[in-house]
Amino acid sequence: MKTVAVVGASLAGLSAARSLREQGYDGRLVLIGGEPHRPYDRPPLSKEFLAGEIDEDALALEAEGEDLAAVWELGVRAIGIDTGSWAEHHVRLADGRSVRAHGIVIATGAAARTLPGSERLDGVHVLRTLDDARALRADLARGGRLVVVGGGFIGAEVASTARRLGLEVTVVEAAPTPLAGPLGREMGSLVSRLHADHGVRLLCGTGVRALAGTGRVEAVVLDDGRRLDADTVVVGVGARPCTDWLAGSGLDLDDGVRCDAAGRTSIPGIVAVGDCAAWYEPAVGAHRRVEHWTGARERPATAVAALLSGGQGVPEAPRPPYFWSDQYGSRIQFAGYAAQADSVTLEEGAAADRSFLAVYRSAGRPVAVLGLNQTRLFTRWRRRLATAEARTAG
Amino acid sequence: MKIPVCRLADLPRGEACRLDSDPPIAVFHTEAGEVYAIDDTCTHQDASLSDGWLEGCEVECPLHASKFDLRSGSVDSPPAKRPVRTHQVLVEDGTVYVLPTPAPRAAVHRVDGRT
Repeated sequence: MKTVAVVGASLAGLSAARSLREQGYDGRLVLIGGEPHRPYDRPPLSKEFLAGEIDEDALALEAEGEDLAAVWELGVRAIGIDTGSWAEHHVRLADGRSVRAHGIVIATGAAARTLPGSERLDGVHVLRTLDDARALRADLARGGRLVVVGGGFIGAEVASTARRLGLEVTVVEAAPTPLAGPLGREMGSLVSRLHADHGVRLLCGTGVRALAGTGRVEAVVLDDGRRLDADTVVVGVGARPCTDWLAGSGLDLDDGVRCDAAGRTSIPGIVAVGDCAAWYEPAVGAHRRVEHWTGARERPATAVAALLSGGQGVPEAPRPPYFWSDQYGSRIQFAGYAAQADSVTLEEGAAADRSFLAVYRSAGRPVAVLGLNQTRLFTRWRRRLATAEARTAG
Repeated sequence: MKIPVCRLADLPRGEACRLDSDPPIAVFHTEAGEVYAIDDTCTHQDASLSDGWLEGCEVECPLHASKFDLRSGSVDSPPAKRPVRTHQVLVEDGTVYVLPTPAPRAAVHRVDGRT
């Protein structure tokens, strides 16, 4: 392979570029990023960066002096791929140029979902990029009342940060329980009690009908008619994969770029990683988009191995999905697949103490583990889970 | 200064323990039987590396997944960017000792984590 193009210059793209070099690829490497910034870390955007505790330099993902011998095309979006024979594809760029590449890593991530009507109002934010975080940080500095739409991890982290900055915070969640998707209903409910502990109002089971205001947002109107006055609104209602630009490429697209268990797409010479990729998960027997930092960090090595081996290699199975969330000074850690479980039990600690370890089981076999302020024990269980899974897969 | 840590027999392979020195030091007994000591606090954010995931000669921070090489202290994986200090280990008569590396004066303050 003479040229490999990595499309997307965030954690997954950077990890892919590093893996290419680590695995001995010494050809031309082109990194294409839609944002003008060098690769930066996103988890602090809802926490330390938003709180003003760290600056932009601290977000940099590249090590000082790190040189991948790559051509960086930043601030220019890729708008299409013209697939050719195995030996040659073209990535078309928004400025009219195109990059000829023999291998392509798609790492274009996901974009925050918005609410209809939010574009016309100042003071309404999503939080996905550095520029989003800068704008939100400026608005939080005004103080006042914040309404967070969406009780997922981003919403909860923003609520936690804003509360610490002294704002009056309300979180609105359409589902009866926040975090039921990733953690299951019971544990989602337990973890979201952190809101009340810290004086944040949590309203569940009602959607948002409209955002009210002229020029700047003034209130959030709920489906049940209630009106929540707001100086600032954050919409954290999930993300959709950035794959529109791949329409017509011939790639199999269905809630993300569909890939096999090693990140290989339906077209030879093209792999996909990170939030835009729906890998086949042998553990669940279905394709899943895993929108976690750890997946974006670890899985590119597998995909790159598959790419460099010309599709012949049999890569190692990735570890079970792992994510963390820091809220209200508590450490929430999760690994595995909650949806597979038929039971959840607290193995250690107590919900009332906001410190516990819960194990999810399917027919008695552990399939996931959740830790709230139980770092050491969580690591042990996570390891057990990975070992058990490797045995099952092997 | 030579600080006794524990009996080697009390630290099984694959396990780690923390020395409450200032700053704290993490001592690891690898699966291969080697013993290493590094600063216990991750350089990215306040987390104890002795609680982390030990694999070969590498430890993964239990919080945000930064990885450090136990032999050199170097960062193998982000988000951490600065290495941890390594410390010399001695095993004498079945007891593990650590000889702490003196802290460089200018490098003790934190630049990118919570204090």
